[in-house]
Amino acid sequence: MAETSSIAACPACVAIPTDLIKSAGEAQSGQSRRIELSLPSIHCAACISGVETGLSKLPEIEGARVNLTRKRVTITVKDIPGIETYLIDLLTSWGYPAKELDSAALDQEVVDKAGRDLLARLAVAGFAMMNVMLLSFSVWGGAEGATREMMHWISAVIALPTVAFSGVPFFKNAWTSLRVGRLNMDVPISLALILASGVSLMETVEGGEHAYFDAALSLTFFLLLGRYLDHRTRAVARSAAVELAALEVHRAERINTDGTRETVPMDALREGDLISVAAGSRVPVDGVVSEGQSELDPSMLTGETMPEAVEPGTPVIAGMLNLTGALVVRAEGLGEDTLLQQITRLVESAEASKNKYTSLAEKAATIYAPLVHILSAVAFLFWGFYSGDWRLAVNIAAAVLIITCPCALGLAVPAVLTAASGRLFRNGVLLKEGIALERLAEVDTVVFDKGGTLTTGRPQLMNGSSVSVSDMRVAVGMARASVHPMSKAIGEFGAEMGITPAELIDIVEEPGMGTRALLDGQEVRLGRAVWCGVERHNVQQSASWLRIGAGAPVALLFEDTMRPEAAATITSLLADGVDVQILSGDVPKPVQDAAEKLGVKTWIAEATPADKVAVLNDLADNGHKVLMVGDGLNDAAALAGAYVSISLASAVDASRVSADLILVGDDLSQVSKSLRLARLAKRRILENFTIAAVYNLIAVPIALMGFATPLMAALAMSGSSITVSLNAMRLGRKS
Amino acid sequence: MNILAVLIPISLGLGGVGLLAFFWMMRHNQYDDPDGNANRILSDRFDDAPAESSEDA
Repeated sequence: MAETSSIAACPACVAIPTDLIKSAGEAQSGQSRRIELSLPSIHCAACISGVETGLSKLPEIEGARVNLTRKRVTITVKDIPGIETYLIDLLTSWGYPAKELDSAALDQEVVDKAGRDLLARLAVAGFAMMNVMLLSFSVWGGAEGATREMMHWISAVIALPTVAFSGVPFFKNAWTSLRVGRLNMDVPISLALILASGVSLMETVEGGEHAYFDAALSLTFFLLLGRYLDHRTRAVARSAAVELAALEVHRAERINTDGTRETVPMDALREGDLISVAAGSRVPVDGVVSEGQSELDPSMLTGETMPEAVEPGTPVIAGMLNLTGALVVRAEGLGEDTLLQQITRLVESAEASKNKYTSLAEKAATIYAPLVHILSAVAFLFWGFYSGDWRLAVNIAAAVLIITCPCALGLAVPAVLTAASGRLFRNGVLLKEGIALERLAEVDTVVFDKGGTLTTGRPQLMNGSSVSVSDMRVAVGMARASVHPMSKAIGEFGAEMGITPAELIDIVEEPGMGTRALLDGQEVRLGRAVWCGVERHNVQQSASWLRIGAGAPVALLFEDTMRPEAAATITSLLADGVDVQILSGDVPKPVQDAAEKLGVKTWIAEATPADKVAVLNDLADNGHKVLMVGDGLNDAAALAGAYVSISLASAVDASRVSADLILVGDDLSQVSKSLRLARLAKRRILENFTIAAVYNLIAVPIALMGFATPLMAALAMSGSSITVSLNAMRLGRKS
Repeated sequence: MNILAVLIPISLGLGGVGLLAFFWMMRHNQYDDPDGNANRILSDRFDDAPAESSEDA
């Protein structure tokens, strides 16, 4: 046996002891895995080789490959626990801040097979079109007799297989639509392709004068180009959306029964599991606090900005941000009745009740497709009976179909959408679906969520100037010891006003309560009202209390800061004649304040997720086309139900999925800019339809009268397609 | 005119070679990272057999 194996193996394997090969094989199959990291800051050749050579020097790493276009690195690495964090820290220390991408989410990003398929068909059609066009030049130039016949035959040999191969997407679509008894744009296209090829073949066999092979091919090419552009726009948006989702790695730290801690994926969690939630991270599951005290920020879920105090026994909801102390949460209700599930049901019902939107292209097709068929049928019958020459009649009918064929119509919408979504992308706006842009153009009312959308979701100290300087000095000193958002706000205020912090000793942070310290032997407390000895108060906004010794507690008031661009955005929306409303889950006072500050007349507070959908439905029933802008989980259903919706990149997953557009840069001013661009894009689409119609108006009578030649068809087709594309490309430029 | 019998097949053949080359490039993921390829050519590192970045991308 030993002999046979040494004969069968390759020379290299014979030189290496077999057990080594085995262990190497095991390491590859069982212990190594792929990690994808997002590296937003890489941009040049030096970055690529820096990351790749640097990583490949590490013994744990089997391979690293940077993709500069996607700004990612794919690393094959031995499966060691915690290797991700190690690599992220390492890359960050080299000057390339890295973020982990969830490989499970990325796996959904399957190969763009459909895109490649279209591209292959497009390449074949382009190749054939060029060649047949060249051959046709000699015919147009006056070739006669045997030469013309030869040119026609060569063209036929190239064109017929090409149409059969490249036209498949149209034939398929036309067939599926015909089977359910409908006419879509692909029906006249397929008919024109088949008729043009068939008639031309007939003419070639008979030695006739006019063959439309070049027209059939350029038709295929231009229409496929439109199809491909359309597909690519969607593919780019989809992969960007997947990447956004992959940036959230869904993991939780589980505490096992023996006390060990283990990082596990979310779907490995079971009811009753104990999960550790560190300060500053989000609660991963619904459950009940079993250990620890802290404050949770529910703004993503409810829109309320006031932190909620929790202690053992308090129920918590997935998505809340843990602010101060470490918590242990017992997972409960992972199944049906979590808040997320309820929201998901609301989203589904909102989507189901939404009317199907008929896109401009579909509207054009419903007018256009029957018209073309009737025209060409009329031409066929008229010429058949009038001249008695049915071959001439078929020729003219084919010419009508070819000349009217929606080359320009097929490009009119995709070319504009490609240009517009490209420009949106550069502005940091992700358009998930082209049709959403058409809907955006029709919007007459914009409804904003407040917390996290109009505001940054971070509190700001409001009454710092009215508090005595000595108190402020103590507050600033205390605030330095805490990472609580309110403490941070006090610190920021102090730094801005140049307040020197007071000298404090023994600063201790009490999770869920506040901070205490000693100042000249007196105890100082900064934190929640009850903890500072305030029994009753009439403060209706977020507040933190400062109490020095036995003195009277002083209230420090906070407000969520407005995004700096919010006011300008709303002003420009109002100037564009769009009505603006605020719809928030927060308590009335802050919503009213925000509305007054921004000059918004209509506002609704304390709206539950279902209320939000109801408000939007009311607006829709009154004939308004509403754009919803939101970020929280409580907005997800409203985003799904609105006529068109925008969410922020910082939003929760459910909201991003429901929305039509995503502000990747979290820049609110893009709302009004995108609205303007959408209106401009719609105007371009309509212009393109007009251009295509004008071409047809000129060409159709000529074709009907039987004067059309292949040269004219080629000129009309290329001319209109190029005009339409150029008109669309004007959008991509800076205006 | 006989020259056409030579020229037309030649031109079609050359075009066909280009078309096949394009298919080959598409099959081998050469359009996955155009920015990276443009930059890699500037690097001194000899990169004769780059590891396939990923089979599915």
